[in-house]
Amino acid sequence: MTANLLTLIIFVPLVGALAVALFADERTVWPAAFIFSLLPLALSIYLLVAFNPHDNGYQFVERRPWIADFGVSYHVGVDGISLFLVPLAALLVSLTLLYASGGDIDRRPREFCFFVLMLETGLLGVLLAVDLFLFYVFWELTLIPIYFIIGIWGSQRRVYAAFKFILYTMLGSLLMLVALIYLVLHARGYLGAATFDLTDLYRVPLSHAQARWLFAALALGFAVKVPVWPLHSWLPDAYSEAPTAGSMLLGGAMFQMGVYGFLRFAIPLFPEVAREAAPLFMALGVVGIIYGALLALAQSDLKRLVAYASVSHVGFVVLGVFALDRFSVEGAVYQLITHGLSTTALFMAIGMIYLRRRTRAIGELGGLWRPAPMLGAILMVAMLSAVGLPGLDGFVGEFLVLLGAYFASWQAAALAVSGLILGVLYMLWAYERVMFGPLAKSADRGIADLAPREVAVIFPLIALMFFLGLYPRPLLRRIEPSVVAFLARAQAAPAPALSFDRAKPQEFAGLRVVP
Amino acid sequence: MISGTIGAALDASWRPVLAPAVVAITAMAVMLVGSRLGEEDSEGLGWLTFSGLALAALCAFAAVGRHAPAFAGALIVDDYTAFFYCLIAVCAAMVVLLSLDYVPALELPSTEYYALLLSATVGMMLLAAAGDLIIIFLGLETMSISVYVMAAIARRDPRSSEAGLKYFLLGAFSTGFLLYGIALLYGATGSIKLEAISRALQSSALAASPLVLLGLAMMLIGFGFKVAAVPFHAWTPDAYEGAPTPVTALMAVGVKSAAFAGFLRLLLVYLPALHAQWGGALWVLAALTMSVGNLVALAQNNVKRMLAYSAIAHAGYILVGMTAAGGAAGAAVLYYLLGYAFANLGAFAVLVAVERVEQPGTTLADLGGLAKGQPMLAAAMALFMLSLMGLPPLAGFVGKFYVFSAALQAGYVWLVVLAALNSVISTYYYARVIVAMYVNEGAERKLRARRPGLSVALAVAIAATIIIGVDPRPYVEMAAGAYASAAGIARSGVRAAFLAH
Repeated sequence: MTANLLTLIIFVPLVGALAVALFADERTVWPAAFIFSLLPLALSIYLLVAFNPHDNGYQFVERRPWIADFGVSYHVGVDGISLFLVPLAALLVSLTLLYASGGDIDRRPREFCFFVLMLETGLLGVLLAVDLFLFYVFWELTLIPIYFIIGIWGSQRRVYAAFKFILYTMLGSLLMLVALIYLVLHARGYLGAATFDLTDLYRVPLSHAQARWLFAALALGFAVKVPVWPLHSWLPDAYSEAPTAGSMLLGGAMFQMGVYGFLRFAIPLFPEVAREAAPLFMALGVVGIIYGALLALAQSDLKRLVAYASVSHVGFVVLGVFALDRFSVEGAVYQLITHGLSTTALFMAIGMIYLRRRTRAIGELGGLWRPAPMLGAILMVAMLSAVGLPGLDGFVGEFLVLLGAYFASWQAAALAVSGLILGVLYMLWAYERVMFGPLAKSADRGIADLAPREVAVIFPLIALMFFLGLYPRPLLRRIEPSVVAFLARAQAAPAPALSFDRAKPQEFAGLRVVP
Repeated sequence: MISGTIGAALDASWRPVLAPAVVAITAMAVMLVGSRLGEEDSEGLGWLTFSGLALAALCAFAAVGRHAPAFAGALIVDDYTAFFYCLIAVCAAMVVLLSLDYVPALELPSTEYYALLLSATVGMMLLAAAGDLIIIFLGLETMSISVYVMAAIARRDPRSSEAGLKYFLLGAFSTGFLLYGIALLYGATGSIKLEAISRALQSSALAASPLVLLGLAMMLIGFGFKVAAVPFHAWTPDAYEGAPTPVTALMAVGVKSAAFAGFLRLLLVYLPALHAQWGGALWVLAALTMSVGNLVALAQNNVKRMLAYSAIAHAGYILVGMTAAGGAAGAAVLYYLLGYAFANLGAFAVLVAVERVEQPGTTLADLGGLAKGQPMLAAAMALFMLSLMGLPPLAGFVGKFYVFSAALQAGYVWLVVLAALNSVISTYYYARVIVAMYVNEGAERKLRARRPGLSVALAVAIAATIIIGVDPRPYVEMAAGAYASAAGIARSGVRAAFLAH
């Protein structure tokens, strides 16, 4: 089983997607999809247990040739950076399906389950691919389902949001594709054969100008996805127009893709340029933190508030990654997990409010604590986790990021802290207006508190928030070796120019048949 | 097996032209049978046409691996030819499947329709196999004249007549250019044989002569019309929109593939010595064709018209590959055509299925709510749009990847960046079709009862679009082998010239 573990994890959801699309009917579709989403979750929990924490390389590696003419192989593996993101993605998909079946998705359930499971395959593939071509295939594979999810099940302006999302992402990803091909063709002169295998492509000598352009193209693709300010404008629309289940996937399980791309590809492949660009990205991160927080303060719609809070929080992650310090990178990876949890929980809680009141406007809500104390408590925990209250998971990551960022640039750290203060302000202010005070409508007295099913959906998230906040060591211990390896690559000296003739013509795709 | 027996029974010199000969004989049979049967039995004629084309594809497939010039070098039979014989025969057969419903529904004259379809196919095949300039001209004209008439065959629809007339006038005009170019090249080099012309142009003095350059320019214009490259594309949208939908499919896929088959062989295989001259011109053509095609497609509400501009845009991507020249580029273009053909045929098949008799032409609004009423049709259309968009793991993605790689390898970085940006633009109009089907509500529409032929065509297109993309290995092998066999036969020095830039 361990031999094909990662392949199973990646492709079981796809099999589930096809099975659901072809065989399920309206009644069986939700349980079938849910069970199919539990399989990768169970497998990835086994992965956590079987993972060797002392090894800093890829584990559970599978590698076999795929399209030999292009130098493409099927190469997957997991290391400390991706280790926890895999079960997180699987868990969030399962919870999303469970949540969505409770009334959030009220039409075309079969198509919805098909797209969610297809998305899961894409997500897990992105996290586990070690071959650049394979990575790109999965990267694009995530695009189609979420486009449909926003477009079909979203609210009023869903078409606009879906178009904005797909155009932004395609702009980044197609230039990234060009850069990847260029890199591989260039590397061919040194390696003797075209290969998209990431492990072969580290430290291929590049001229400074080449490295700059390539880094810029990759960074654009990833920065759009994160999103790094000022490329964030698709995010509030996509997050707020998507159905709750879609927002949970976007905000909880998909935002990691961009940051992960920086950690896995853009920075290790072009370390010198990444070091040069680091101050710029740290600055953009800080701008994102403050900009997102200020806009979150001004929002009147709960979902948009969380969307802008996300812009602010991913600013922390970007700051942490580009501070290129051990603490900050560990903190950033940790935040990938915790921010996923808290954003998902927030969207879920807002969705629960919406199901009861059919509005997300802060001004039309009030006093919900009295009829629904459990809902209020859950929203409180999710918000406190998001703003980084000690004892909850968000604190660990933010603290580590700030600590590391302080070593890199104390000015950046000082400015970033203001984001924390603003975060407490916008979250608690919104909480006060929604939960306390007089009831906005007398009919609200009758709204129901959480149903058992809703408790079951949100309980795993709350439990994880406490666990990760109080006992982060098991995770950090496994993340650390890979972060050290990442930093060793990122801090590496320029690769020496090789002495042999780099202009040696090499045959590529199809040329080998020629006399 | 069957084709082997047939092949053995015939004189060896016939073997290379077996596929077009089978098609031509079928055309005659259709005319004979059709005159006896009368109009009501159009489906029988359709199946007769289909079997002729299937047999031709089989013959072409059996000829893979044989290399021989035929008829004193007028035709070249190699794997390249076999590849295009197969592709063209399959495309034409798919068009027949699309027509089975359509011809009786629109009351088109079935005998003429199928006979013209077959004669167009013969022209396409000749064009793909052409070894001299006269055969290029003959193939192009046999194909074009048949398609002009087919475009105008819905006599009751004024737009069909308009399409035919426009296509004819501009096509005739472009033929003039092509013929003039042929004359000039002949005058300069003293031969109509591509092989001999290629040899003559080895001398740099001749290659730089104004006669040759003018001839080359004229031929570029002539082919530019046929592949609908900007600025020679003006006929395309009207002709595509007005022609009966299966004919549009034939124009977008068959005509385009055949024209590129001739164009590619002429430039990449026989005129690499002039790459310095035509490379720059193709660069500009490619950039213009992609950009104009994609930008204008954004504004289209009629799906056929949108697909016309999308076809222009795809011609642009193919021209990017041709600009690059070289072995990888040739193979990439062949692979690209394969993926492009099935996605487009599929899209047109969906249009045939949803088109209403009383109101031909499908707007985006007509597709509204298709996902609800016809989930399978909508899913298929979405798949084809995603492949044309170039999303993995579909055939269109690997095609784009291959073409981009070849062009980057040849050093055309900015052209590829432009192509990538164009692909971003194209996302919008392909996605609009998906939105129309899945998001917008539409009036309940009654579709014609679908005959099995159309469903078969759809199934083939779906399967090909997925399989060619998910496991591209055999098809890459096929495209690379086909191109290498053409280039290898041409001259041994070709290879060195390919790698020189």
